[in-house]
Amino acid sequence: MTCLCYLRCVRKLWTPAEASQLLKVVNLHRSVHQLQHKKVMAEEKPWALISEVSEQGYLEEMVDVIKPHFHIINYKDFQQNQQLHGPKIQALLLWNAFPVVEPSLLSLLPSLKVVANGGVGIDHLDVPYINSLGVKVTNTPGVVSNATADIGMALLLASARKVVEGHQVAMDPKITHIPQSLMGVEVSESTLGIIGMGHIGYKIAQRGKGFDMKILYHNRSRRSVEDEQAVGATYCANMDDLLKESDFVMLAVNLTPETTRLIGHRQLSLMKPTATLVNVSRGLVVDQDALVKALQSGTIRAAALDVTYPEPLPRDHPLLGLPNVLITPHVGTHTLATTIKMVQQMVDNAVAAVKGQTAPNEVKPK
Amino acid sequence: MCEPEETFISAMEQDKPWALISEVGGVSQMMEMFCVLPRQAMEQDKPWALISEVGGDCGLLEDHLDIVKRHFQVLCYQDLLQNPELHGPKVQALLMWRYYPEARPALLRMLPSLKVVSSGGAGVDHLDVAFINGLGAKVSNTPGVVSRATADLAMGLLLASARRILEGHRVARDPETRRIPLNLQGADVSGATLGIVGMGDTGFKIAQRGHGFEMDVLYHNRNRRSLEDEQAVGATFCQKLDELLTRSDFVVLAVRLTSETAGLIGTRELELMKPTATLVNISRGQVVDQDALVQALRSGTIRAAALDVTHPEPLPRDHPLFGLPNVLITPHVGANTSSTAGRMVEMMVESAVAAIRGLPVPYEVKPK
Repeated sequence: MTCLCYLRCVRKLWTPAEASQLLKVVNLHRSVHQLQHKKVMAEEKPWALISEVSEQGYLEEMVDVIKPHFHIINYKDFQQNQQLHGPKIQALLLWNAFPVVEPSLLSLLPSLKVVANGGVGIDHLDVPYINSLGVKVTNTPGVVSNATADIGMALLLASARKVVEGHQVAMDPKITHIPQSLMGVEVSESTLGIIGMGHIGYKIAQRGKGFDMKILYHNRSRRSVEDEQAVGATYCANMDDLLKESDFVMLAVNLTPETTRLIGHRQLSLMKPTATLVNVSRGLVVDQDALVKALQSGTIRAAALDVTYPEPLPRDHPLLGLPNVLITPHVGTHTLATTIKMVQQMVDNAVAAVKGQTAPNEVKPK
Repeated sequence: MCEPEETFISAMEQDKPWALISEVGGVSQMMEMFCVLPRQAMEQDKPWALISEVGGDCGLLEDHLDIVKRHFQVLCYQDLLQNPELHGPKVQALLMWRYYPEARPALLRMLPSLKVVSSGGAGVDHLDVAFINGLGAKVSNTPGVVSRATADLAMGLLLASARRILEGHRVARDPETRRIPLNLQGADVSGATLGIVGMGDTGFKIAQRGHGFEMDVLYHNRNRRSLEDEQAVGATFCQKLDELLTRSDFVVLAVRLTSETAGLIGTRELELMKPTATLVNISRGQVVDQDALVQALRSGTIRAAALDVTHPEPLPRDHPLFGLPNVLITPHVGANTSSTAGRMVEMMVESAVAAIRGLPVPYEVKPK
């Protein structure tokens, strides 16, 4: 604004030639001022704490999504000088549950406005405690559903049709004929029992329907009739009924005190001996020791798990040695497109929270 | 083969109804009520069927053998070879499972009474139908029942390749794995474009499954499907194969092997595909130019391939396809589930029984 007043004064007082010369200088000043203004704006970008930029943390493509909105500091650099960096940080961007959100960390971040999680599961966060510090918690529901439903079906099919074993046989120089052990179980027209019919569970039902599977589901609350009819799903108020009738049991719940060890000895023995358990929720939903016993004794046919507890399993864990177990290392959302969408959503949530606006996906305690 | 122990037929008892039992022993009360004919006596009337073996790698499973034994006495290939002059002329049906026993002229010459070659599976490219017909024998296959299981496997391969299940499983089990890797990224299946080459029974079922994943389904076929069919699975017809190849993220081959489809996918077709695309083959190995495929995978012309079929089967152990990290191969297991296999055997037996009785054969394959 000072610039403009100055200009007007100059125009009134000076000759055109002299004014023109001065205008050039003024324009130069304006450019410099604008640059300074941009720099100030850039400096006004809030600071966000992340884990690290690497194979174990943030890929370059993900950082590119964050940079336009936040200055980034990674955890190692933060630890170098917590007193200096701590007070600047307004957003904590959590990926793969890292950095670990403990009181000791939070106490170093007095300006923190939001813990923005990449991913929908927030069982690793004490939401009421974080809120009590005046900090919001956000997650990324919706964007993860397709990719997670796809991985659930991928595991179901790979287990049923013994794709991994088939590949090993195809590659084995000693094997000339298909062994009888490679005989699989039918997916088409079999019964798919979905435990947890939220966004992800529903997408799984849609995909199962494409295979003419009979869909059963168990959920805290029943879905609408339209929803059920759209995917041909039948509600099982009693989870036991679902367990008894299903050829494939798919776990798509979120982890809460109620769903911890939801599937234990009793539930596994209710299942058919020809049935397969597929887990895309959290490792703790299943009693892993009970699962090992059930697989060893033939109580159920097989298991296919994208999640375990812990992740990864200790290298001598019995699950790793069983022939009828397929395990993937929590790759449920691991496609580049889904990853970028998650980061975008995480950033949108963090930006809104830092500005004091309503975050689109704030997680409120129950 | 057992000799019947005793035949309990009495002229005085001819009014009584007949009951078939398994064997004689502990059934004296029943014998008061019925004329009794032990099962073994019935056996002798049943025609003979030749199979490769029971169990083992090429043979019928025990469960499936029972289906055959309801209608046939069973001769195994090795036993035929022991004494072809004695056993050969008895055989009226050849039940071919996993291509064995092979219907070569040398074998067919041993079977002068042969009325039918019943092949398990849909494809008959391994049979010279005209030649077999020329010997007075019919040929039958098992269409339809295999298409569901094969469509399931096609999706299984597509998903396993896209989401890198094989690598994930390896990493999860690797003794060196200490942390969950975050860079094991795959390709999206939901919402991607699925291009189906060959929209017969199997192709259509694949379209149905892809539609469930909200995929954009394209198809190329000799003939266009009806509007209702297309709408049911959200499929768009591509008159030109090239168009399907340029637009698809996943190209699935579901054609039969004929002179037109041999070598259908070669260097030119692979170059038309997206560099991010995956080729899935559940038809026959010969539909793809395998050398061209190796080149395309090595050079990144396409992202990956998932094959249930190759040429030959199995591939020689030093074949370059084995050395590529972006190839998933299963050993022709498209129909390999217990229920599908059981149904296939039922159909084979149905066709064979009809042929021997001179009735129309339900699943007969006629030469073109």
